[in-house]
Amino acid sequence: MSDETKPGLKSPLRRKLLMGMAALPAMSMLGRPAFADVPATSAVNTTGLAVTDSEVTVGILHSVTGTMAISETGSVEAEKLAIEQINAAGGVLGRKIKFIQEDGASDWPTFAEKAKKLLVNDKCAAVMGCWTSASRKAVLPVFEQYNGMLYYPTFYEGLEQSKNVIYTGQEATQQIIAGLDWVNKTKGAKSFYLLGSDYIWPRTSNKIARKHIENHLPGCKVVGEEYFPLGSTQFNSVINKIKLTKPDVIYAIIVGGSNVAFYKQLKAAGIDLSKQTLLTISVTEDEIDGIGGENIAGAYACMKYFQSLDNANNKAFVPAFKKMWGEKTVIGDVTQAAYLGPWLWKLTVEKAQSFDIDKIAAASPGVEFKGAPEGYVRIHENHHLWSKTRVGRAKADGQYELIYETADLVEPDPFPKGYQ
Amino acid sequence: MFGDYSISDLGAILAMQGFAGLILFSVYVLMALGLAIIFGQMGVINMAHGEFMILGAYVTWMTSNAVQHTAPWLFPGYFFIAMILAFIASGALGMLVEWALIRHLYKRPLDTLLATWGLSLILQQAYRSIFGAREVGVELPEWMMGSWQATDSIQIPINGMFVMGLTILITIVVFYILFWSSWGKQVRAVVQNRVMAGAVGINTEKVDRYTFGLGCGIAGIAGSAFTMIGSTGPTAGQLYIVDTFLVVVFGGAASLFGTIASAFSISQTQSTLEFFLSGSMAKVITLLTIVAILMVRPQGLFALKVRK
Repeated sequence: MSDETKPGLKSPLRRKLLMGMAALPAMSMLGRPAFADVPATSAVNTTGLAVTDSEVTVGILHSVTGTMAISETGSVEAEKLAIEQINAAGGVLGRKIKFIQEDGASDWPTFAEKAKKLLVNDKCAAVMGCWTSASRKAVLPVFEQYNGMLYYPTFYEGLEQSKNVIYTGQEATQQIIAGLDWVNKTKGAKSFYLLGSDYIWPRTSNKIARKHIENHLPGCKVVGEEYFPLGSTQFNSVINKIKLTKPDVIYAIIVGGSNVAFYKQLKAAGIDLSKQTLLTISVTEDEIDGIGGENIAGAYACMKYFQSLDNANNKAFVPAFKKMWGEKTVIGDVTQAAYLGPWLWKLTVEKAQSFDIDKIAAASPGVEFKGAPEGYVRIHENHHLWSKTRVGRAKADGQYELIYETADLVEPDPFPKGYQ
Repeated sequence: MFGDYSISDLGAILAMQGFAGLILFSVYVLMALGLAIIFGQMGVINMAHGEFMILGAYVTWMTSNAVQHTAPWLFPGYFFIAMILAFIASGALGMLVEWALIRHLYKRPLDTLLATWGLSLILQQAYRSIFGAREVGVELPEWMMGSWQATDSIQIPINGMFVMGLTILITIVVFYILFWSSWGKQVRAVVQNRVMAGAVGINTEKVDRYTFGLGCGIAGIAGSAFTMIGSTGPTAGQLYIVDTFLVVVFGGAASLFGTIASAFSISQTQSTLEFFLSGSMAKVITLLTIVAILMVRPQGLFALKVRK
């Protein structure tokens, strides 16, 4: 086009210049600064992932329909926020993140099928996803077979470690031991009543809790341990048993709709949580929304993150989240852990200077994220995170008030010796 | 397990446990009544029963919000308004569903299973799209929470007593409607012989529609009441559906007395076993017992005597 406007310019130098100028608008359309230090795609992507000169594709794989949509919605929101923020800050290795979202539909085979689609058809460079252990177990063979990378946000029972997964939530010992030590020390608690929904996470967690109480806390004992089918809505009998045995601490790992029934009935039965110590590891701010703050006020929760945390990162994170998803949304522990996924991936890719899965897996240990809303996290050799354990007390407005936090980061230990 | 406890402690627990059983009984009756009417009187297997209940729960939640914003002085009593609205909403939706879907399937009762199951999925996703995937918290007036201190050591949940009272009231109303009102006679006539009932001038289509609406409306009231003891979310209805069918089938499908008797026996077994065993084991043993009894007596506890 330039040749037509200036037909007189014939020298080779001129022509070269003009060609360069003509190419400029095309380059700026790619959406990145023309002079940024962007490594060539062929160098950073040797295994055929969906990486171009300007874009990289990641997957988001959560349930937005079905039972688990209640819990997984927050994770999707957090991941989208993180991706948007990373893009606003220039992307990953100069490439904007594009995401493809798939719905696991609360159905484990669907999770596996969608994981395969994201890895094989879409060639996603990383996948943020899954929530329940069952869905993670379903996709794990897919990620290992097709060599993908999964960032998994939920606190879970441990006993797993994979080259192809980064666990951004706590494994069981990180969530349990510090909390029990705290309640023993500060409340002088000696007797514990363990409750849980009947599936792998509460059972494994209570097993660790029992071992810790019986072997590591002198003079302490478990006075009851009970499980209820998922979805149970009637807790009056066990509440009577609790009244009879008068434990110092009710240790509750009840999930889903059962949670709401349990706390409402506890309150209705006259158990006053300002006098009876209750420690839970399954109720985040998200769950309190459904339970009602007035029904659970006074209970203690052991997590790594509370929305009310008072640090500079969190003070930027909470308003950004609310701006994107509405003033009324709340942010629970897992939502924050989900937010870490895209960031940790970006930092790892930049450390490795490559999108290749093998290089990311190798580069992950030692990656630290100083902007984490929970403060600071670092990836351990076992692909879990070093993070602090915190105890908060529920207030009637649905928020937790921070009561205690460990002085140091707690080392993740997915295969704890002496606890199995 | 009782060695360490005093007699008065045990007495108090026994009393509270007795109430726990009665409360569970009321909950079972309340959730099963609507289904018993629809399944028992019309032979329609309504898999969307739980979703009709949750509609009632959402109506209660909306009423609670509306009252708090517009007429806070009404809040202590809003629950009664909410229950009436829940009955109307669920009943109206029930009649609509009967007109659009169920009436075409009366000759193929097994197909109603599939159709209403599909309906339940549609309703769940509709709730999710409209109200969001997260559970909502229904705020209750202060007087409905907490417990009644009967003696020093005996506390009875107020919401449990509320459910009991409500169940008794609704049971009486349902029995009155079905067994003493002329409309009830029409319903029973249609159940026994549709063709003859039509021949003597009963508008069977209208009877069907109102019966279905009544069953769904009662489900709505149940859902409204259960906001006191359970969760309100798009899939919360699924928490109730298994127990509901259990109660109705075990009782004998066509008998309302059977439903009540079966609710009583299941709830007492369940709550007693829960006290001595763990929650999951109690459920397993209760279910095994029911299976064993149904093997011996497939028609359920009470069955209408019909000439075959």
